[in-house]
Amino acid sequence: MAVFDFIPNLGNRVLATVPRLGTATRFLMLGLAAIFSRHFSFRQLLRQVYGLGVLSLALMIVAAFFTGMVLAFQGYYALVRFGATSALGTLVALSLLRELGPVLTALLFAGRAGSALTAEIGSMKATEQLSAMDMMAVNPLAWVVAPRLWAGIIVVPILCVIFDLVGVWGGYLIAVPLLGVDGGTFWAQMQSNVTFSGDIMNGLFKALCFGLVVTWIAAWQGYAAQPTAEGVGSATTRSVVTASLAVLGLDFILTALLFK
Amino acid sequence: MAAEALVETQDLYFSRGRRAVLAGVDLRIPRRAIVSVMGASGGGKTTLLNLIAGSLAPTRGRVMVAGQEPTKINKNALYQLRSRMGMLFQHSALFTDLSVFENVAFPLRRHFPLPDSILRKLVLMKLEAVGLRGAAGLMPAELSGGMARRVALARTVIMDPQLILYDEPFTGLDPISIGIIATLIKRLNAALGATSIIVSHDVHETFSIADYGYILAGGRIIAEGTPQTLHDSPSELAQQFLSGNPDGPVPFHYPAPCDYDRALESDAVAGEER
Repeated sequence: MAVFDFIPNLGNRVLATVPRLGTATRFLMLGLAAIFSRHFSFRQLLRQVYGLGVLSLALMIVAAFFTGMVLAFQGYYALVRFGATSALGTLVALSLLRELGPVLTALLFAGRAGSALTAEIGSMKATEQLSAMDMMAVNPLAWVVAPRLWAGIIVVPILCVIFDLVGVWGGYLIAVPLLGVDGGTFWAQMQSNVTFSGDIMNGLFKALCFGLVVTWIAAWQGYAAQPTAEGVGSATTRSVVTASLAVLGLDFILTALLFK
Repeated sequence: MAAEALVETQDLYFSRGRRAVLAGVDLRIPRRAIVSVMGASGGGKTTLLNLIAGSLAPTRGRVMVAGQEPTKINKNALYQLRSRMGMLFQHSALFTDLSVFENVAFPLRRHFPLPDSILRKLVLMKLEAVGLRGAAGLMPAELSGGMARRVALARTVIMDPQLILYDEPFTGLDPISIGIIATLIKRLNAALGATSIIVSHDVHETFSIADYGYILAGGRIIAEGTPQTLHDSPSELAQQFLSGNPDGPVPFHYPAPCDYDRALESDAVAGEER
């Protein structure tokens, strides 16, 4: 009877998930604390900031530019019905700062940098590089995982700021030169309605949380991957899917808590 | 085998799920000896190395390395113990983003703040010993399998370890590379005054350099002694392994749920009859 199987199956799944979540949380804590280990390398951290952040920049700029332009178009056609096109600057800025900036940055980061991170750590495991490091009395959490975790936490908020700025610029290019909204009104409305602590800082706080979650999921999936080609492949897929869903779920929770 | 033991296992058991990988293994590895552990693939040889290295914890029994139990000491003490050990991995395990020089220098850089000039001398000395000083600037992707194994060997001995663990050092190499690796193992062990444990199923090369050997089958030691003693072993299992007979105590056929004729009459795919 399917209905009778459902409950024990669900129970078994929960029982299997809870210890996994515990192990992953312990991995995160040890990974973050490894910044104090003598094997932590700031040079490695800089390399990761470059690999995860700088190399994601072009993707972020292009995505932000188009997002800002589309927002301006859609916003204009909605606002023009109410004669409120002067609020277009505010709409573009608030949409980007509070919601689209952090969420899209995190989703793109999960797709580009997160997947690469999972594949890299998974391959290192499959080719016994992590075991070799451990045998050389070098903690792989400090040398491999910690620089990547901290780099993710550092770069996602920075990428989000860039995403917001480029998005607003893209919105401006559509709103003012193309659709004929007054430039002074566009900026003035934005300036008076966007608050530093309520909108900008909360958006950046979201980005910080997303950076931590996406990098954690990506690093953990790589570290816990089956050490085979197939195992690394499925870990990479799992990393992107889990991180994307986690970002969307967490976004809902943070929005409910931060923006009242 | 009367010399003081550097590594000892007593009544060692290890299981994966319900499958017993090791079932009561007693080993004694004297200092400065080259000891081989041989056995069929999947027979628990690499597991035994991982137990000695403290990467796995025994289900029962104990492992002693230099008077310490690797799984009973804390992480710092384990890392101190491991800084006196080296392990050559089956697939070399070179760091793909570092050059040959940096791979060999890696353990030194992580453990000792040495001036670059001294570090360079030490690394080049080890690379010279394995005949690859000229390859110092190459990346791992540019090396052949044999060269990669030699670079890994240079990295393994860069800290002058007391104990060197070799996991299938000859697997996948051409005869020339096998000969080079075997010679290097023998030469480095003598030069460093180290103790070596070689896990392998390559009988000829392993016996050419080992002082003593164990044959592992079914999770137990079925024969031990000098290479000559092992060759003369009365154990049928040992003889099958050493002479490479396809059939014997280890059957040629993987166990099937029914006989061959019945399997042919059945519509089920092989292995799915049950």
